[in-house]
Amino acid sequence: MAIRDVTLAGLSRETLLDFYFKMWLIRRFEEKAAEGYTLGKIGGFLHLYIGQEAVATGLISQLRNDDVVISSYREHGHALVKGVDPNKVMAELHGKATGVSKGKGGSMHIYSAEHNLLGGYAIVAAQLPIACGYGLAANHQHLDYVTMCFFGDGAVDEGAFHESLNLAELWSLPVIFVCENNLYSMGNSLEKAWSVNSLEPRAAAYGMAYEKVDGMEIINVHEAGQRAIERARAGKPTLLEVITYRFRGHSMADPGAYRPKEEVERWRSQRDPILLLAAKLREQGIATEQELQQLEDRASGIAEAASQFADASPFPTMDDLVADVMIDPTGAIAWRHQH
Amino acid sequence: MDQPPASFQDLSLVEALRDGLREEMARDSRIIILGEDVSMGGIFQATRDLRAQFGSQRVWDMPLAESAIVGISIGAALAGLIPVAEVQFADYLFGAMRQIVNEAAKMRFRSRGDWLCPLVIRAPYGGGLGAGPDHSQSVEAFFAHVPGLKVVIPATAADAKGLIKAAIRDADPVLFLEPKRLYQQSNGPVPTDDYVVPLGQAVIRRVGQDATVITYGAMVREALSAAEVLATDDIDLEIIDLRSLQPLDQTTMLTSVHKTRRAIVLHEDARFGGFGAELAATISEQCFAVLDAPVVRIGARHSPIPAHPGLEQTILPNATTLIQAARYLVS
Repeated sequence: MAIRDVTLAGLSRETLLDFYFKMWLIRRFEEKAAEGYTLGKIGGFLHLYIGQEAVATGLISQLRNDDVVISSYREHGHALVKGVDPNKVMAELHGKATGVSKGKGGSMHIYSAEHNLLGGYAIVAAQLPIACGYGLAANHQHLDYVTMCFFGDGAVDEGAFHESLNLAELWSLPVIFVCENNLYSMGNSLEKAWSVNSLEPRAAAYGMAYEKVDGMEIINVHEAGQRAIERARAGKPTLLEVITYRFRGHSMADPGAYRPKEEVERWRSQRDPILLLAAKLREQGIATEQELQQLEDRASGIAEAASQFADASPFPTMDDLVADVMIDPTGAIAWRHQH
Repeated sequence: MDQPPASFQDLSLVEALRDGLREEMARDSRIIILGEDVSMGGIFQATRDLRAQFGSQRVWDMPLAESAIVGISIGAALAGLIPVAEVQFADYLFGAMRQIVNEAAKMRFRSRGDWLCPLVIRAPYGGGLGAGPDHSQSVEAFFAHVPGLKVVIPATAADAKGLIKAAIRDADPVLFLEPKRLYQQSNGPVPTDDYVVPLGQAVIRRVGQDATVITYGAMVREALSAAEVLATDDIDLEIIDLRSLQPLDQTTMLTSVHKTRRAIVLHEDARFGGFGAELAATISEQCFAVLDAPVVRIGARHSPIPAHPGLEQTILPNATTLIQAARYLVS
């Protein structure tokens, strides 16, 4: 079949192939991380993003570098799409000195000031008021960057969700709240947690713009993101409820026995966001089989290299340990005068 | 004297604090104030007239959501502003505990210095007003325990101004606890020029030879008045006002104890598990060989603070408690 330089829903071939590659990058990266965890090279808890790749990819790909991303503890994918070096992310998971936080943050705290990635937050919903503060500062500084705040459906049950939405709307903050609703907050299904099975009335309670999105269809995710980003640049927040599914347990330590096997299998076989995009690309003649395979292989290569980089990297030293706890008072004052 | 004599004015602690805030806000437009009713001055009037001078974009009234007040301040700090958040009573800090402990205090560490959190959280604390169990607590021990967080407590008007300026200019999150019973009581000479009291420097309020009293906040005045009474008994106390609990000026404290060979740690907070336990342990470890007696700890009885003023006075330490303890220790 001849390759056509067509657009799909207004997206260029180049953008679509970029989406395809980034989703594979996240998946292969997470698979390598899972392998490292199983081999005992990664400790603690490891929350994989496999199955949810279209959400981070479809939304973050269209942000500017000065736009801010702030996320939960399931944030490796967000970091990769925001442009953080996969080697440094993988090294952080391995607790190595070459990691983004010199191995002191770990899997749940990937930060990069250079990329305006404001971290992963291990305390559920803690990032929502912080996102509002960032939005408040944008207004105060008369800058037009937006803050995109990711969280899971479990975060909706925290008071911080409600405090944040209320103030974001009241103060017209340029914040996009992205609820990655993967239907389970750890082992608790939505039916057991939410009195209303949708965030629409909760957004309405604060007068906030709301959109429900199929999180497995990256083009839909992208389009909803475009509208939300436009709204944020004009100074209004949005709540996006993106319906998605994690193909693995809550963390590597979770066998996921609370989900029926058939349910997981149905999502994996019928709703895999990468396979869904691949089918569209083939159907429209946008890419050859060979091209798709090359993109996938490139992603595999980067993930493998990241894993080797992490393996080969040194552990942090005692000097690294005591650094960055607190600045000394004299140094602090000097710092303040410089900045 | 190489320098001309500084000029002073007589201010209450809250007036001096307000002057400090005003001068800093005039100096640096990144400083914003957030809190409940701050545009009206807040209930203790620490931010009075600041809205009129600096406008609504720099003095933000917040809803009654302490977690949001602190969380939003953290976000604003990360984005390059310098927020000074007011939490109406220190007792309400518990509603913001997770933002303070889990987010503000660890931001620098877990981002290996990529993101700093230059945030000040002000909160009136302590008893003495008959305000009952939820408006009288001393909370410093909870927070001094947290790595990455600074904890500062002024005892005089001049220090309130100098310390708030230092806290605002510091790159780390600072919890600034204000002994609310001193707001109107602690009048004193306050320098009119621009000065800071560096964080982590204790001050010797009274030089003495027989025993060192290490204290802070509202108990500094109690210690000084006890020392006057004891002087007539020929007991000569040295009084140290810590001013910062974190960072802690161990040098001033330990040097004094080496000299007097006796130590009393005094705070308004409950004795059990209080910050005085840390001080007593440090002194015991560092000065064991020179101590003439075990370190004496004075703090409140292990009880919620009762509203009835008579009962409240019974459980909180004061000059009399210290006088009794010092007589016993030195005799």
